[in-house]
Amino acid sequence: MVCCAREFGTSDGVCWSSQQPPSAAQRGSAGWTTMIETKNLTKKFGGLTAVDSVSFNVGEGEVFGFLGPNGAGKTTTVRMLCCLISKTSGEARIGDYDLGRSEDALKIRKLIGLVPDNVGLYEGLSAYDNLDFYGKLYDCPDAQRKENIQRFLTMLGLWEKRDVVAGTFSKGMKQKLAIARALVHEPKLLFMDEPTANLDPESAKTVRDFILELKKEKRTIFLNTHNLDEAQRICDRIGILSTKLIATGTPQELERALSSGGGTRSTVVLLQEQATGAVLAGLKKLSGNVTAEGNKLTVELKDPEKENAAVIEAIAKAGGHIQSVTIAGASLEDVYLKLVREGESGS
Amino acid sequence: MRLSKSWIIAAKDFKTYRKKKNIIYALMVIPFLVAILITGIISYVGQRNAGRVSPAELVVLLPAFGFFYVILAAYLATPIASYTIVGEKVEKSLEPLLATPTTDSEILLGKGIAAFFPPLFALWGGSAVFMVLMDLTTKSKLGYYYFPDWNTALVLFLLLPLALLMSVLVNVIISSRVTDIRTGQQLGGLAVLPFAGLYVCGELNIVNLGDTGNLLLIVAALIVVDLLFFVVSRATFRREEILTRWK
Repeated sequence: MVCCAREFGTSDGVCWSSQQPPSAAQRGSAGWTTMIETKNLTKKFGGLTAVDSVSFNVGEGEVFGFLGPNGAGKTTTVRMLCCLISKTSGEARIGDYDLGRSEDALKIRKLIGLVPDNVGLYEGLSAYDNLDFYGKLYDCPDAQRKENIQRFLTMLGLWEKRDVVAGTFSKGMKQKLAIARALVHEPKLLFMDEPTANLDPESAKTVRDFILELKKEKRTIFLNTHNLDEAQRICDRIGILSTKLIATGTPQELERALSSGGGTRSTVVLLQEQATGAVLAGLKKLSGNVTAEGNKLTVELKDPEKENAAVIEAIAKAGGHIQSVTIAGASLEDVYLKLVREGESGS
Repeated sequence: MRLSKSWIIAAKDFKTYRKKKNIIYALMVIPFLVAILITGIISYVGQRNAGRVSPAELVVLLPAFGFFYVILAAYLATPIASYTIVGEKVEKSLEPLLATPTTDSEILLGKGIAAFFPPLFALWGGSAVFMVLMDLTTKSKLGYYYFPDWNTALVLFLLLPLALLMSVLVNVIISSRVTDIRTGQQLGGLAVLPFAGLYVCGELNIVNLGDTGNLLLIVAALIVVDLLFFVVSRATFRREEILTRWK
């Protein structure tokens, strides 16, 4: 049973559990400015617990991915953090404001942008008018609003279609327009709820590329997604949610943590099977765990990317001829499935 | 509460539904058509009966016809009120709207403004035409211009806005329970029933709708009903309710 989230993080090379988030000193030394901070955040609908004691931190400029199966509580968490629904218990801070304080709710909403799972555009209005309306609601001054509308519509390839009613747009175009809408007031923090769901591969790529552009601008992005590949490519850190937060960490940390012995494996395929005996002896000096199967050697390493060079050198010295070297660690998919199953069996 | 936010929302709604032909036709045609039709009927009946519609009968008929605009008020607010809220539900645009730095009251007021003022101006326009046509038709019989009079002013400036407000509030409440605009409009249309009932009572001489005291009583009752519906609609139109309980 997983009773609390495992956090695979290194700040000053220290791992911490989510029950004890990085201390102010740790965050400070790593240049952390917390944008989202939750502590035991819980939401119940009657007898149903949708989000259970979730604790995590998201730093400024970080892209944080929230992974989880349907009904895991991802959208509910986003809605709580956007002050759309109330929390049942726990604490959360967005920037300098407290979630749950009515006087902070408007300030939080002004600070954030939301791309909901349903784009929810005004289909009878043009692309420009959709953005203009939201810009006005966010008190964006006229000149800045016009400039931002042009900038974001141009970045997303919609400027030429600015006067076309949104109802005639394709799904991909609508999604892009919804992203532009969330950005029109230049929020510091952007919540995106499955922004590439139901999009064709080309549209999904455009949206992903745009998120990467936003990442370069150092915007903080909270990304709800089902797409593991997307999370791996875009996110600095990932949280895996199944009502409870099961684990958080960088994609690499999560993969490494699942691999046996806390590291990953390098698989070396040699040209001649006969060479494995001599090579094995050479490799044992590098790693305590080396196994051979035919002409295939598996070497347990802490960090294969750094240590593979030494492995190759040792094999060459022992007279081995290498056909290929692959890093065979657990994939994010393996991590996700394992943790979610553990979480489900534990709940 | 910042009125500017409500106006932004109302302006957006004006822009959205001015492209909806059924709403525009309802606003532009019905109040004026009613003015022309009622005047036509009075004129026709007068001629057919060789002028046997007495001035005393006319004085009873005219305020009752004026009350017809109160029924129209309850009816005309329905398509717009249900469109502004159920339309947002259908387009799923309420969530991003609720995520903006606006309060529930500001959004509700914006929706209210969008549904309240266009029918109000259309009805005032229609009733002005009605009064002019009626005066032209009945002056020879009455010997004076019947309109405008204080009772009509009471109907147009108190009763009619209160009836409109009631219809808007009823539609807000109904909107939380329906998933398509047509159903919302059909159910919202029920708001005309109490006013249609009063009109029938007026025609059957059960209630004298030309009596100022009676009109003031109706106004007082409507204020109470509107307050009640306001409390209910305010409780219905809350972020959490909308996102988690609205169908």
